[in-house]
Amino acid sequence: MNILINGLCLGGVYALIALGYTMVYGIAKMLNFAHGDIIMVGAYALFSGMALTGMVIPACILAAVLCTLLGILTERVAYRPLRGASPLAVLITAIGVSYLLESIAQLIYGTDSKPVSIGNFGTVKIFSADVAVSSLLTLGLCLVIMVGLTLFVRKTKLGRAMLAVSEDRGAAELMGINTNAIISLTFAIGSLLAAFAGIFYLMKIPSITPTLGSMPGIKAFTAAVIGGIGSIPGAMIGGILLGVIEEVCNSIPAVASYTTAIEFGILILLLLVKPNGLLGKQRREKV
Amino acid sequence: MKTFRFSLKKYRNYLIVAAVLLLFLAIDLFGGLRRTDANLLSQIAISVILALSLNLVVGFLGELSLGHAGFMCVGAYIGGYAAVAMHGAIGSSVLVLLLSALIGGVAAALAGFVIGVPTLRLKGDYLAIVTLAFGEIVRTLFRNQAVFGGALGLDTSSIRFGTKLYIPALLLVLFTLFVVQNLMSSKHGRAIKAIRDSEIAARASGIAVTKYKLTVFVIAAFFAGVAGVVYAHHTSPVDYGYFSFNTSIDILVMVVLGGMGNLTGTMISAAALTFIDVKLTTALSLDAAVRNLLYALILILLVVWNNAPALRHAREKYSLRTLFEKLSKKFFPKKAEEDSESAAWDKIPTKIPMDAILSADLQPDRAFTPDPPEKEEKP
Repeated sequence: MNILINGLCLGGVYALIALGYTMVYGIAKMLNFAHGDIIMVGAYALFSGMALTGMVIPACILAAVLCTLLGILTERVAYRPLRGASPLAVLITAIGVSYLLESIAQLIYGTDSKPVSIGNFGTVKIFSADVAVSSLLTLGLCLVIMVGLTLFVRKTKLGRAMLAVSEDRGAAELMGINTNAIISLTFAIGSLLAAFAGIFYLMKIPSITPTLGSMPGIKAFTAAVIGGIGSIPGAMIGGILLGVIEEVCNSIPAVASYTTAIEFGILILLLLVKPNGLLGKQRREKV
Repeated sequence: MKTFRFSLKKYRNYLIVAAVLLLFLAIDLFGGLRRTDANLLSQIAISVILALSLNLVVGFLGELSLGHAGFMCVGAYIGGYAAVAMHGAIGSSVLVLLLSALIGGVAAALAGFVIGVPTLRLKGDYLAIVTLAFGEIVRTLFRNQAVFGGALGLDTSSIRFGTKLYIPALLLVLFTLFVVQNLMSSKHGRAIKAIRDSEIAARASGIAVTKYKLTVFVIAAFFAGVAGVVYAHHTSPVDYGYFSFNTSIDILVMVVLGGMGNLTGTMISAAALTFIDVKLTTALSLDAAVRNLLYALILILLVVWNNAPALRHAREKYSLRTLFEKLSKKFFPKKAEEDSESAAWDKIPTKIPMDAILSADLQPDRAFTPDPPEKEEKP
């Protein structure tokens, strides 16, 4: 039971990150490799904010604002000039941005890990198992964010504009949608989600290093691909699936050291059977 | 490719490597080669092999592989293990190195085949993430095998080659160059470049896209494995931590900096970056973070400069290539003129071979040069 809750909680974090990947991929048609490092920036912002103010809520707000701005900034500086260039070039630039953020964090904070405690919320008993309140909190907030995001994309004008841009950028532009603004908005939302993911991640693992974002980032991307990249419900399912798998594997001593290999193995096997992921759309190639 | 028009240009890369090898052999004979320099030279050779093989995938095939260190890992572990096992039976350490390089290379090529068959049908981004995943899987697997030393890494101290490693290493660089260069200037090479330029058009022209992709992938994996074996002879223990994502990125930076699809440039940038890495970081006790920061900045700036649609005009005006062309026009005005004339009109074949059409360079960001008219008829 505890394993399952932990898995769902980790899965919620992965799903949040995967949502960022999937939205950016759907709309800007690029793989934002630096997304994992936005999580790291969020975590460090939280750390600095708590050191400055000593309170959790303002630090969280600081992290969210900083990440959102950073997302917009990287899009403007590094990705926008390359719009229309080959996808390979954009991908390599994104890797460069990821490296840049990591090394800047290393220069400012050093490479050693620092402890961060957001506070202990205690545990509650559910079906005779002790479950940390922070896990439940994470799970609940993740669900709220996901539902909110789905509603935003489906019901609001801006959200539908985003869908339109992901469907066909040229046509969307002809219909009077400001595609550049929509892409910036997507990066902002994606980075905001990454900031939340960073905060939740710290609740789970209370220490930070400059490379903390890369592994969850890669795994969340795996989750996005498993779910079918570009699909919002797919990212949620993929993220939660991966989180549960990870926790279950980690709880069995014999396979614990193979966890990473198992997760990536699942990705490769799945792509063999369904090259577009679980909920991905088949795209016809046009000349 | 234009680079191979003159016979001197054809052999330029070999000459560079051979000259370096002879130079250092001479220094070594007179006892002037320091141990650190010899080590550095072997490291450079390893980097060059890695970068050349990755350039095959990234530069010529146009697919992004982020798991090159994974293939190197396979080569280092399997080849290193084989070398340690053979070490007692075979006296000559050179023979051990070559045999284990073959074994490690084949093992890595097999890994490339196994990973390539399911994944090469995927599109670029998916392939990138799968190769990345593969690199992580390989590391995890080797770390958990007690046969390969487990978390301590594979102990290869018995086959440490010492300072003379640079000689076989540079010879292996020559071999890599030989294979890569001949492959790329063959009809298969033109097919591979056609896939990079437009996969759909290549498929429509009857090129077996998946087969070629797989071939390139396997060859690149083979040489990454060879580099891994050389690494196993250079460093002990072979540590799984070395073959991380970061190493794959380092190799990628070498390729991008040297020029995707440019072998000479790749060799120079691989050598220069390894040199800077080893020499400057130790000499200036530079923080690894500063190094990574510079790498990242170089990567971003170069890619944006080379690819941004808005910068096309500036790029044509200020690029190194234009500079070289201007210089050569200035110093050899007659030759340059002859060159452009003959290049354009003497070489029109009477019957247009399919290969010529396939190799027509259709990259839109190139400066316009008067091509033979039939080259422009491609859809």
